[in-house]
Amino acid sequence: MKASLDITKEHCPMTFVKTKLALSKLSKGDILEVLLAKGEPLENVPKSVTEQGYKVLSIEHIEGDIYKVVIEK
Amino acid sequence: MDNKKKLSIVCFSGDFDKAVAIFTIASGAAAVGYEVNLFFTFWGFNIIKKKRYRHFLGTGFLARVFNFLMGGFMNLPLSRLNLFGFAPKIMTYMMRKRNVATLNELLQASIDLGVNFYACEMSMVILGMKLEDFIPQIKGVLGVAKFLETAEGGQILFIS
Repeated sequence: MKASLDITKEHCPMTFVKTKLALSKLSKGDILEVLLAKGEPLENVPKSVTEQGYKVLSIEHIEGDIYKVVIEK
Repeated sequence: MDNKKKLSIVCFSGDFDKAVAIFTIASGAAAVGYEVNLFFTFWGFNIIKKKRYRHFLGTGFLARVFNFLMGGFMNLPLSRLNLFGFAPKIMTYMMRKRNVATLNELLQASIDLGVNFYACEMSMVILGMKLEDFIPQIKGVLGVAKFLETAEGGQILFIS
């Protein structure tokens, strides 16, 4: 299954919180695409999901300050 | 489980802004994989009372009056510049307008992420309160010894 999440308008701690809650609804092997802003979310969301044992498949620049992070649960 | 990072917070304050701090740290830590324990005591009870507005709670005249004066979640004052209770409402408006999570959203996020909530036994005795007076997320009633045991091996914060 593939899910997507837009946290470009969110701030700390909801960037992590929404990512974690979205991941918790998925099964192992599912994909979550997260749209986020550069700066704190881009630096820390991929790092924190990696630390928790999820896999960051790609980080892609979309436009302006917006990036897409693809995570596999 | 045992090597999981752990954070335990003593929630002594019943101030709005400090409750924002508690649930920001709690939800953020839980979201990055920490086990989080919140230990509510005395003024902190106002955050977790089931009755969210002023209510004569507890047993005994003094306890009931005191609980009424302390208020609940909807009466939490700002620690400074409370403006007779208007400031928390203004602050919530500003948070919403700037797209920052409100206190209620942070509390809900903490619940959804499985943060553990506990109440202090001694404060409950002083204020004549029972476990049923709190929101159902309160997992149990702890004394100091049990709190230390729960917090062992992790970091402890005291929010006053």
